[in-house]
Amino acid sequence: MSTVRVLVGTRKGAFVLTADAKRARWEVSGPHFGGWEIYHLKGSSADPHRLYASQSSGWFGQQIQRSNDGGQTWAPVGNQFVYDGVPGTHQWYDGTPHPWEFKRVWHLEPSLTDPDTVYAGVEDAALFHSTDGGQTWQELPALRGAQGHLWQPGAGGMCLHTIVLDPSQPARIFIAISAAGTFRTDDAGESWRPMNRGLQSEGIPNPQAEVGHCVHRIAMHPSRPHVLFMQKHWDVMRSDDAGASWHEVSGNLPTDFGFPIEVHAHEPDTIYVVPITSDAEHYPPEGKLRVYRSRTGGNEWEALTQGLPQRDCYVNVLRDAMAVDGLDPCGVYFGTTGGQVYGSADAGDSWAPIVRDLPPVLSVEVQTLP
Amino acid sequence: MIRVVLPTHLRTLARVDGEVQLDVEGPATQRAVLDVLEARYPMLRGTIRDHVTQRRRAFVRFFACEQDLSHASPDTPLPEAVATGAEPLLIVGAMAGG
Repeated sequence: MSTVRVLVGTRKGAFVLTADAKRARWEVSGPHFGGWEIYHLKGSSADPHRLYASQSSGWFGQQIQRSNDGGQTWAPVGNQFVYDGVPGTHQWYDGTPHPWEFKRVWHLEPSLTDPDTVYAGVEDAALFHSTDGGQTWQELPALRGAQGHLWQPGAGGMCLHTIVLDPSQPARIFIAISAAGTFRTDDAGESWRPMNRGLQSEGIPNPQAEVGHCVHRIAMHPSRPHVLFMQKHWDVMRSDDAGASWHEVSGNLPTDFGFPIEVHAHEPDTIYVVPITSDAEHYPPEGKLRVYRSRTGGNEWEALTQGLPQRDCYVNVLRDAMAVDGLDPCGVYFGTTGGQVYGSADAGDSWAPIVRDLPPVLSVEVQTLP
Repeated sequence: MIRVVLPTHLRTLARVDGEVQLDVEGPATQRAVLDVLEARYPMLRGTIRDHVTQRRRAFVRFFACEQDLSHASPDTPLPEAVATGAEPLLIVGAMAGG
């Protein structure tokens, strides 16, 4: 019988939640790296025993941890992230030039084919990769050439938080940066182009600027890599041409502000978001925690509430804190800033908490093991 | 022999219990001690001082003999009591937060 392994990064450590295919009874291990911030951990699809974790601390900086046995044991690997050459400046909050400074790794994206190759999205925004299992890291510096001098941090920092690898074209990578936007390379990082046409952001001087949009997350179904879905600061967006243009699919959502967006494992037009009241109020509208599902690739949304708190709930769900498993029916999981991890074994129709009292959840990833 | 006391998180990271004892050749300075410490425990590189600039991380402090040595030059000799092992060099995570 298959096994599901949910990897949870929190403000105070990592947790691994494991269940069989029924997804009814869960074992919880952790905290791993107790007391450290775990922004993200993720397994390799080429070798599910290989996991990478981003471990950081305001006192002691960045560590990268690697496991070769599915998270039972871990060892630190390389933690030296040095920008290529003289990185220059980006815009600071007040519009003045500010030097690029490494702060932390937000997201780790293992290669689809090689367990020793992994990408790291960092703050201040840049993309690094390692081809030796995380021992050494090299920047892909051309990204900062895509008008990097105009990028400006969002409230959470100028972070490269999303890395989407195209399974049909190994040299094509999509990334997203707050608050710069979405970028694409078609030559494995040698050159990059902003991919923000169609985005409309009222919070910047030119609402249709080529860069400067606060993209919160993008998602793709591997069977249809030219279709992308985006949760922006405001607006849920869709691209049918690999990011070349975007159109809004917020439709009947109660609010189109939010952070995560995810695609069903087997239905490329079924997507999930968690609407949040506003940029000023990072909690669900009316105190009701509702996942919204569209089975039409956007525009038409239904609220999923069964098993979720429908009163007095004021948690947030962060951008990397939602994921799906590969079983049928598809499992959907998300973690909250209140420390709950909810799971659904029926594609979102009903939910139950797997754990209720973890530290604030920063990320959720899922592995489906044979 | 020089005795070094690491903060809890770095002891966990380096998988050590209690004090670390180091043999440092030449004058015992912050730089010399950290060079030996990082050579023995490579996972500590970048956690106490920057990889490239070698500057102390902002929230890490160096105490010894009831003195704050954090702002001393990394090449200043450590107190004699530290150099002889009579007193430990304390590497401390600064009190910060609420």
